[in-house]
Amino acid sequence: MSAVLEIEGLRKTYRSRKRGVRHALDGFDMRVEAGQVHGFLGPNGSGKTTTLRTLLGLIRPNGGRMAILGQELPRALPAVAGQVGAIVESPQFFPHFTARDTLGLLAQAGELPRRRVDEVLEQVGLRDRAGERVKTYSLGMKQRLAVASALLKDPKLLILDEPANGLDPGGIREMRRLMRELAESGMTVVLSSHILGEIQLICDSVTIISLGRRVAFGPVDQVLAAHSQNSVRVRLEAVTDLPHAAETLTRSGIRVAAAEPDHLMLADVDKPAEVSRILAEQGLYVSELTPVAVDLESVFLELTATAPVPGQNRQVDQSAKVDQTGTAGGWGA
Amino acid sequence: MSLFVTELRRLTKRRLTRLMLVLLVLGLATVATAFSFSSHKLSPEVVAAAQAESDAQYKRSVQEWQRTVTECEAAQAKGEQTEERYGQNCGKDYQPQPEMFDPKWNLPYQFDFRAEFPMFIAVFAGAVALFAFIVGASFVGAEWNTGGMMNLLLWRPKRLAVLGTKLAALLTTVLGLSVVLGALWTAAFWLIGTSRGTTAKMTAGAWRSIGLDGLRAVALILVVGAVAYALASLGRHTAMALGAAVALFAISEIGIRIAVGVLGVSFGERYVLSTYAQSWFMKQAELFDYDTCQFAKGACEPAKYVVTWEQSAVVFGIGAVAALVAAFWAMRRRDIA
Repeated sequence: MSAVLEIEGLRKTYRSRKRGVRHALDGFDMRVEAGQVHGFLGPNGSGKTTTLRTLLGLIRPNGGRMAILGQELPRALPAVAGQVGAIVESPQFFPHFTARDTLGLLAQAGELPRRRVDEVLEQVGLRDRAGERVKTYSLGMKQRLAVASALLKDPKLLILDEPANGLDPGGIREMRRLMRELAESGMTVVLSSHILGEIQLICDSVTIISLGRRVAFGPVDQVLAAHSQNSVRVRLEAVTDLPHAAETLTRSGIRVAAAEPDHLMLADVDKPAEVSRILAEQGLYVSELTPVAVDLESVFLELTATAPVPGQNRQVDQSAKVDQTGTAGGWGA
Repeated sequence: MSLFVTELRRLTKRRLTRLMLVLLVLGLATVATAFSFSSHKLSPEVVAAAQAESDAQYKRSVQEWQRTVTECEAAQAKGEQTEERYGQNCGKDYQPQPEMFDPKWNLPYQFDFRAEFPMFIAVFAGAVALFAFIVGASFVGAEWNTGGMMNLLLWRPKRLAVLGTKLAALLTTVLGLSVVLGALWTAAFWLIGTSRGTTAKMTAGAWRSIGLDGLRAVALILVVGAVAYALASLGRHTAMALGAAVALFAISEIGIRIAVGVLGVSFGERYVLSTYAQSWFMKQAELFDYDTCQFAKGACEPAKYVVTWEQSAVVFGIGAVAALVAAFWAMRRRDIA
């Protein structure tokens, strides 16, 4: 499969007399295949928006290589800009212009036919409100307008930074459907979001960034599998037997990750039936033996080390930094 | 070309542009209308009435003089001291003369197009320059502030071309507006001159001189618009241009004036920007140094320093080029975060 977006060893360093040197991007890699919906995840301040801005020519990198549709950036950016639609962070528009005026001016600047304006307004559900001033719009409607502006060019690569921000549940579902339709039509979509449940539902593949470096990437299933701990939840007929069961399993080489009042959490269990057998040999009978499925949120929290800790206030730069990337390496491979 | 046309559309669709244009037109119309009421055509009847009033004033004055002399002589006949109250010789040497009552003093004000219109060109330039400053600064400042510039750069990732095209759209609009409003302004005052004043002595040379004044006014308006645009783009906010203008005014018109006064610098006003603005409109500004005079030795011709409009062109040109170069350099170098 051909890559629509390739980033290798991207670096961006900010130097400040007060705050010293800060590496916003520290050798970041990313690869997005054609026709995919790709999730781009990371904690606040991890470098997501810096990556997107750098890719779009708004920020100059200090090093590394970038390419879109096989063309090297930033040199070829003017040539590929017509094939890239993007919204970066919270989009803002002139409050006194209508949605149709806003898109009309962009279409004129991009030498696009006027009919595209009505097409994208219809696509994002703003057709009937297109003549109203943007200042009367809710956050969700502004978000729809931003997506419309990114779709205006009918791009081959669509980059959306938090497109579901401010959308109501119905709007989120519509956005999900739109993303899928766009991908099915051949468009490649890069989606940055903190709504990890959505990402897991929509995306084919993900890249997770932390402190300017990639900490995981690949198809969603593979990333989940790679970070699944083969966890199993065990309940016994008699709750009072749980300490005995924990001791027995530990002796047998099975790791007890957590001993809760009414159950045990076991980790790295390849064969759950083995657990049942070991306990039964000791006269301990299992009432529940459930493999625990890992989700993207738990993988994200684990990889970025941003899970809340009771009694601690995590600061924005307190994230995980890895020396090696996750499921694969090199130039996105 | 499409970007240029788009930016023209964007500028003219902006609410601030339209509001400022309405205010500008209303302001200019108010000035012209109010001024037209203060001017009166000097018809033969009006001149005759002024002459009659002047004659009457002369007669009343002579009668008063005669009465005073008579009173004085009566007092002298009584042996009273009169010199302190009536002056020497009872003031007989101060008989009013007809030429002391010029009929011109009784004429109403009449607008003289040839002599006075250049001053109104300066008024026009000031008003349109203010418009150019606010609209120019806001056109790019608000774009930066609302993220519009970033949006535009996602469509046209050529920073210098985008900044330059927007500037071209602004200057084209301001130029067009200056020409149209300038023509209307000239027509309005020509109308005032013909109907309620005079347009006498308007030779080809006089028109050429007015034309050159108009060109200098338009040039200053464009420079003001470009500088405001450059400053707002540098600061990425409209307020940057407004703040810089206030700071420049405070430094030039207050700070430098105080400093040269304290230091006793000769012709200190040559370091003040408003001197160059005055010279630009009036073709030259004359500065005098009265400190060189020794009045104890009698009348004095103070030392003179002349600031020419060419010098003003250099000062304003350097300022505008510096601001624009800085704005384009920053656009090329700085990240858009």
